[in-house]
Amino acid sequence: MNRFAALLDRLAYEPGRNAKLRQITDYLRTTPDPERGFALAALTGALSFPHAKPGLIRTLIAERTDPVLFAMSYDYVGDLSETVALMWPAPGGRTDDAPSLADVITTLQTLGKAELPKVLAHWLDGLDETGRWALLKLLTGSLRIGVSARLAKTAVAALGGKDPDEIEVLWPGLAPPYADLFAWVEGRAERPVVDDPARFHPPMLSHPIGAADFAALDPNDFVAEWKWDGIRVQAVAGTCADGRRVARLYSRTGEDISAAFPDLVEVLTFDGAVDGELLIVRDGRVQSFNVLQQRLNRKAVTAKLITEFPAHLRAYDLLAEGGEDLHGRPLGERRARLAALVQRLNEPRIDLSPEIPFADWDALAQARQDPRAAGADTDAEAIEGVMIKRRDAPYVPGRPKGPWWKWKRDPFIVDAVLMYAQRGHGKRSSYYSDYTFGLWTAGEGGDTLVPVGKAYFGFTDEELLKIDRFVRQNTVDRYGPVREVVHEKDAGLVFEVAFEGLQRSTRHRSGIALRFPRISRLRFDKPPAEADRLDTLLGMLAEAERTPASGGRVLDPAVARTGKRKGG
Amino acid sequence: MRPESLLVPTPAGLCCPEGGFHIDPLRPVPRAVITHAHSDHARPGHGAVLATPETLDLMRLRLGDGFAGATQALRYGEAVTLDGVRVSLHPAGHVLGSAQVRVEKDGLVIVASGDYKDRPDPTCTPFELVPCHVFISEATFGLPVFRHGDAAAETGKLLRSLALFPERTHLLGAYTLGKAQRLIALLRAAGWERPILLHGAAEAVTRYYAGCMDLGDLRAVRDAAPDELAGAVVLCPPSALGDRWTRRFPDPIACFASGWMRIRARARQRGVELPLVVSDHCDWDGLTRVIPATGATEIWLTHGAEEALVHWCGTRGLRARPLHLVGYGDDEEVEAIEAAAGGPTEEPA
Repeated sequence: MNRFAALLDRLAYEPGRNAKLRQITDYLRTTPDPERGFALAALTGALSFPHAKPGLIRTLIAERTDPVLFAMSYDYVGDLSETVALMWPAPGGRTDDAPSLADVITTLQTLGKAELPKVLAHWLDGLDETGRWALLKLLTGSLRIGVSARLAKTAVAALGGKDPDEIEVLWPGLAPPYADLFAWVEGRAERPVVDDPARFHPPMLSHPIGAADFAALDPNDFVAEWKWDGIRVQAVAGTCADGRRVARLYSRTGEDISAAFPDLVEVLTFDGAVDGELLIVRDGRVQSFNVLQQRLNRKAVTAKLITEFPAHLRAYDLLAEGGEDLHGRPLGERRARLAALVQRLNEPRIDLSPEIPFADWDALAQARQDPRAAGADTDAEAIEGVMIKRRDAPYVPGRPKGPWWKWKRDPFIVDAVLMYAQRGHGKRSSYYSDYTFGLWTAGEGGDTLVPVGKAYFGFTDEELLKIDRFVRQNTVDRYGPVREVVHEKDAGLVFEVAFEGLQRSTRHRSGIALRFPRISRLRFDKPPAEADRLDTLLGMLAEAERTPASGGRVLDPAVARTGKRKGG
Repeated sequence: MRPESLLVPTPAGLCCPEGGFHIDPLRPVPRAVITHAHSDHARPGHGAVLATPETLDLMRLRLGDGFAGATQALRYGEAVTLDGVRVSLHPAGHVLGSAQVRVEKDGLVIVASGDYKDRPDPTCTPFELVPCHVFISEATFGLPVFRHGDAAAETGKLLRSLALFPERTHLLGAYTLGKAQRLIALLRAAGWERPILLHGAAEAVTRYYAGCMDLGDLRAVRDAAPDELAGAVVLCPPSALGDRWTRRFPDPIACFASGWMRIRARARQRGVELPLVVSDHCDWDGLTRVIPATGATEIWLTHGAEEALVHWCGTRGLRARPLHLVGYGDDEEVEAIEAAAGGPTEEPA
């Protein structure tokens, strides 16, 4: 457990994906079974311990420490698990008692609620500060070390030079401690036989299309459909050898998200694998991503949540049907079979993503500009562009260049003034690379800037150097790692900020939050006085709120005409 | 004599009116007893300074030859009498030359311990327990969450990282007087034999230490060839970690050795990638071990989280009170202030 704890500790501070990957791979390579398998389960979020509640941990520490000292310490540290891990009285220096992760997890699988406090206290006695922290974080289900299940699986794949997608395909049929998986990856055994009729198929992804690309493409070779602004999912269903039905919903990276969408999973009555978009549809109308977000990342899926945010599958493609693999068939044929399948299902929660008729690229550009007029009607607010797909292309997992293109709508842009800059992490730790920017609003003593968002990408390395130099030369104040940068009417730096949408927010002083903001251009030429005003964004929001599908939070690109789009 | 009359907190620092001296005064005074050479304790401009020979050497190194009107070296255990007050210095285990000041008058003994730790440190004389009536303790890490653990295990973390990322420079931020040299000694003890590279701000003090003990192959980083930087340990002041100075290194890892690294939010806030919990101060366990062991019935607390220690002393039947001396900071902040006040770290060093 102490080794696993050391890994978690290191990962928690590591900003770089590749460095994280190396640390996990190193751990897996040097840790025996079954310990590493349980570690993999912990990293992929495959474990949960319903009996371990913060209340229990509070009780244990209260029995062992002075309440005044605990209160002062908790106040200082701000995190319960961490405070308890640090304050836990050491029982006389014996650390050979440290439990293994395998001990902990296998014990917890059978342990009753009543026995947990005593066992947990014994474990905590045997661990060091980091070990205790890791154990408590693991039990309370909040590792927060910035490692996705995908990254952990990629680390497993790296043990034997496998493709992470191969692990994804096997994953749903495997269980901790994954001895068969490690044996195969390390070349000591055959590939595990996974008899899973609802396995994940690595998805096919697209490239953004550039203006120069169109010239080489014949519109007759392609079909177009809307790029829906939901979550790309894969709905897979089938029947096991023993006659049991299985249905699962996967994210784009192969994470099983079925538990969050029981309303959709129960209507997956087909035999096959459908590639599609997860959307919220109310009264036949697709809701914006902001509405979908309200259903995501919830721990408990309540009946109320399901009724208010009904999940819907908009089908793009068919990868397998009735045991037949369709990957090699041309899109046209797959699409025809998909249409027939959707029709047979006759299920209101599953429909076909419609094609956009177009004669030439200009016509498609027109549709992209105004989806409402091009047939999307009221669903237009859930559209983030168009997809262009070759009719004769097979379904190729990964991101092949050529068969699939995405042509996103132009982002919104606003000219904002740099107000504060903060140093970045990892490679950027010596650069001021995280920027808070603001817009003008009327204040008591005239116009004043109010912060509206933060951005830390969108610029080139060369631009980063320029901004960094500007920040260092124009600092007016420092607060720890943050520098306040000059932002007067006639002195300061204007950023052109691109963003995808807007919503109201109580967390920000400006009252709004930008979706996906990034720096699209440096405007050293523009005096800050000429930057945009907060009222512009508030006007866009007010306009959007007049449409019910917005959920009161959305920026509908089509209706918020007061706003400006890049290029449009 | 009452303890409050023997040593009195004043705006200039702790004063002994009978003996006519201050301990670690914050502003220039005629006669100063200095516990150790860290800059918040050892300031320039005093008429006369009494300290250990090492502390005097280090002050001269950092402040220049004219740092005081006159100096008097006092070895550990030796005593002098200043206007009827007997003063002696005893190892504090904090950094090289660091001392506790034992002050005695009419049978009353007060020990002003300065900064101290009771953990092993290969670069300085171990802490000595000095029985007294009143013990003046720092409270830098005066909360039960501060537990520094085993320093060798922390340097083990660094060595594991060096093994896993042999192409990356490990920038090790550490207070340049004491902590840096202790880390070098710990690395050497753990078998790290490669040259250790020094930031300009760490050179002079480290050379002085190297004259007192074996610290292996030490080199100035500014003289290092690019191929020497891969997988190297470079010691630097903490303030250099986020500085442009770091851009010369290949994909560096920011490591920081400090007792504050025990608190995750604090490490993350600084953007530290490899925090090492190594401190030259007592942790909570050390404070609560030393304080009762001195036999003192009255405890005066300075700089840090006094409140929790006052409460703890109360539960042990010890009278305790904070002295509210201002001007002593934790090492890390002091170093940052030094850097901001014209240190070499903003420019190539």
